Amino acid sequence: MSREGFSISLASPYAPGMDGIQKFGIALFVVALLFTVIGLFGPAANDPELFFYLGFIGSVVGLSIYTVRTYLNRPAGVQNNHIFTSSLTNRGLWGWALGIFLTGFYVALYWGSDEMWNGSPLVLLFNPLSQGLFNHPPDRWFLYSFIYTVSILIMGVRAILKYRHSNYQIVRTCSIMFFQLGFAFLIPQFLKSMSQPEYYFSYFWPLDYARLFPSTVDGMLSGGTIGIWMLIISAILTFIATPILTYFFGKRWYCSWVCGCGGLANTAGDPFRQLSDKSIKAWKIERWMIHSVLVFITVLTILLWVNSFLEGGIFGSISHALTKVYAFLIGQAFAGVVGVGFYPLLGTRVWCRFGCPMAAYLGLLQKYFSRFRITTNGGQCISCGNCSTYCEMGIDVQAYAQRGENIVRASCVGCGICSTVCPRGVLNLENGSTHTDRENANPITFGNDGIGLRKGI
Amino acid sequence: MTAQKHIIIIGNGIAGITAARHIRKRSDHHITVISAETDHFFSRTALMYIYMGHMKYEHTKPYEDWFWDKNSIILKRAYVSKVETNSNSILLDSGERLTYDELIIATGSVSNKFGWTGQDLKGVQGLYNYQDLESMEADTKGIERAVVVGGGLIGIEMVEMLLSRQIPVTFLVREASFWDNVLPKEESEIINRHIRSHHVDLRLKTDLKEILSDEKGTARAVLTGDGEEIACQFVGLAVGVHPNISFLKDSGIETDKGILVNEKLQTNFSNIYALGDCAQLRQPREARRAIEAVWYTGKMMGETVAATICGNQTDYNPGIWFNSAKFMDIEYQTYGYVSAQLKEGEESLYWESKDGVRSIRIVFQSATKSVVGFNAFGIRLRHKVCEQWIKTGTSVDEVVSSLKKANFNPEFFKKFEKEVIF
Ligand SMILES: Cc1cc2nc3c(=O)[nH]c(=O)nc-3n(C[C@H](O)[C@H](O)[C@H](O)COP(=O)(O)OP(=O)(O)OC[C@H]3O[C@@H](n4cnc5c(N)ncnc54)[C@H](O)[C@@H]3O)c2cc1C
Ligand code: SF4
Repeated sequence: MSREGFSISLASPYAPGMDGIQKFGIALFVVALLFTVIGLFGPAANDPELFFYLGFIGSVVGLSIYTVRTYLNRPAGVQNNHIFTSSLTNRGLWGWALGIFLTGFYVALYWGSDEMWNGSPLVLLFNPLSQGLFNHPPDRWFLYSFIYTVSILIMGVRAILKYRHSNYQIVRTCSIMFFQLGFAFLIPQFLKSMSQPEYYFSYFWPLDYARLFPSTVDGMLSGGTIGIWMLIISAILTFIATPILTYFFGKRWYCSWVCGCGGLANTAGDPFRQLSDKSIKAWKIERWMIHSVLVFITVLTILLWVNSFLEGGIFGSISHALTKVYAFLIGQAFAGVVGVGFYPLLGTRVWCRFGCPMAAYLGLLQKYFSRFRITTNGGQCISCGNCSTYCEMGIDVQAYAQRGENIVRASCVGCGICSTVCPRGVLNLENGSTHTDRENANPITFGNDGIGLRKGI
Repeated sequence: MTAQKHIIIIGNGIAGITAARHIRKRSDHHITVISAETDHFFSRTALMYIYMGHMKYEHTKPYEDWFWDKNSIILKRAYVSKVETNSNSILLDSGERLTYDELIIATGSVSNKFGWTGQDLKGVQGLYNYQDLESMEADTKGIERAVVVGGGLIGIEMVEMLLSRQIPVTFLVREASFWDNVLPKEESEIINRHIRSHHVDLRLKTDLKEILSDEKGTARAVLTGDGEEIACQFVGLAVGVHPNISFLKDSGIETDKGILVNEKLQTNFSNIYALGDCAQLRQPREARRAIEAVWYTGKMMGETVAATICGNQTDYNPGIWFNSAKFMDIEYQTYGYVSAQLKEGEESLYWESKDGVRSIRIVFQSATKSVVGFNAFGIRLRHKVCEQWIKTGTSVDEVVSSLKKANFNPEFFKKFEKEVIF
């Protein structure tokens, strides 16, 4: 922890100054945010339009102006200057402040009472939007969903500008934004407004763990044709589409192109990706934890089905207690509070790396049955460490690259940042023509003809 | 397994550390690595990224700290002041003496200074080691202008570092164009333009005459060969490096510019080897130089010497030349032999993108049409494929028509092989 990070200055002492447009953006953001905050003390409940448009939308516009201008002011290329000298992105004062704020928000979101949320100015603030578009009053989940989507969109634009020298990053970020806006926000909200089940096509079992629980299935079956279709789609996504797509493209097709958790990590979380732990110890913990969660949810789902066939028989009380434990520990505490709240402290993919059962399932497929690999360009690696530092999954990419070895790892979400930041053009995400030719361990530097490409010493 | 020996390695850079690791893989000899710079091996090539805030020092260590202990590689932080070949021992600055069965010298380079007046003032330095990074950190705080001298790879890195801190830079390059003793004219001009597009005050054909001091002994300006005085508070000297061998004086180890070694990397003493930047091959292979101060050659030498020391006599053969660098935002890769001026009997095909930031050059022999080298700017080429083409003397026509095979750009990048028209 550097002492510099604990100055009260938000920016790195070495960062460039702001031009007129950036200052305007920031000023608009701060003023509009303050206005919103004033509204949250009460007035917003009476006049949500005023505070929503001038306050919330104003601050979003201000932030966007600032962000767009900041990145356009810089030439296209790797833009990691000052990341480790700025307080926010190097676990300094501002990093901690943000971490505590986010964690607090998630605690209140999951475990606050209905009385606290319903009718609160914060929820009512979004009434104009919720009523206007979907014809239903907002609740805390609407609020959450909306803020989540807006974060992905604004920070997605930022990511596109920041990584605009890489078409892979541009296309991928557009995909994330598209799935979040359409599949995780608009479609479910419209379904809800038409009194249909609020259905998220982009989430399925085991990430949406209750999707294949007997109670959910019964619910869908009783929901008529749409419900039956939704059930069929869910099952296809989990058991057929996932293995096939992962075979051809690796787990990235989901984790860094579709999933909203990954989407938030790669947009809003992008400034914090470097904080992931790269040690071998962390890797060990990761393997234990994530696979345990997968086993937990699989066993639990089976238990629930057995129980439902036995009509409550012997497993009844256990399986329901376990469901509660899982929902609390994994679904809320881990995925939400730690997964996002701790972004500025532990990096962005803590949930994806240590907890997500979907990532575990995709990871097993990727490790043993996929054409995807990150290839290493011969002997060009200079062991600089940029790739490992910016890997959000804590993979020590460099350890492979400097040996000329392809990277085949269960956890790799294929975000492509290692390849984007490598100053020597060493890494490339590739889908080969088979899954059997990926491992190429060789201890000798490529091109060292004295020793030659000989395996094992 | 052979009898256990005590192997001392001086220098914990890439050459020394690679040797240590590979000796460990092959044997259970006692290994002691001695270095004066840092406790652990770190990547010198990443110094600039620490200054620019992309990484911290910890991130530049390729191995976690427990690695050495676990592999019984003893690390010792000390300066070796003398090698005493007659008693097979080395003398540390602490006065301690250690004896070896085999000695590996991998002491790297030191920055050149050409005897300019003022070259030892405060605020004047090269960039080679960790201590240079620390002094650069201290001496560039709050300054108004910096001057960097020397149009090569480290010079442009220093320029980029200073720019990252919003420090205006004047860049003095003696040659008519950036790095034009290595790069052909067109490529060199891409970089001239790129440097200027970053608002650097690039002065070509300008050399340093002297550095002027203020009353406190800190640099306050440079005087150029044209007699112009440029006010500045920091001067980066990036005018090349030379082997770090001064401590070997009177040791009996034969040296020229570097430590002279044969194809087994052995010095004139059969149990003393030299590797990496500090080694000078008595007989370099065709088309390769006697001293090659680059990262991967240190690595390959380490691998080679480990094989020899562990009983598998191996000649050093680095194969076909390759290298890479990055000039601010433009990546550069080269494979094989592309010289600044075409050699006799060679021709080249050259393509440059319209925006002037990407290019490919393919050099081939006029008579046989065999390709001998590639230069790529802003484009990533596949090492294995280029090497194979050069090794087998593939004809330039075939290379051009199958250029796609060498494309190492990430997915969704514009397919350059469709754009490239020679
Ligand atoms: C800023 C910079 C950027 C670079 N970028 C690139 C690049 O992009 N690509 C590339 O190919 N190459 C690059 N290089 C060159 C490359 O880093 C060197 O070729 C390589 O590090 C040399 O490794 P080495 O093991 O021979 O020596 P070194 O890494 O110099 O290691 C030698 C060590 O020995 C220690 N030592 C010396 N004498 C003694 C003594 N008497 N007692 C005790 N210890 C001693 C030194 O302190 C040092 O730690 C760069 C160099 C610099 C400085
Ligand atoms: S792969 Fe690239 S980024 Fe990673 S250590 Fe090697 S040169 Fe650096």
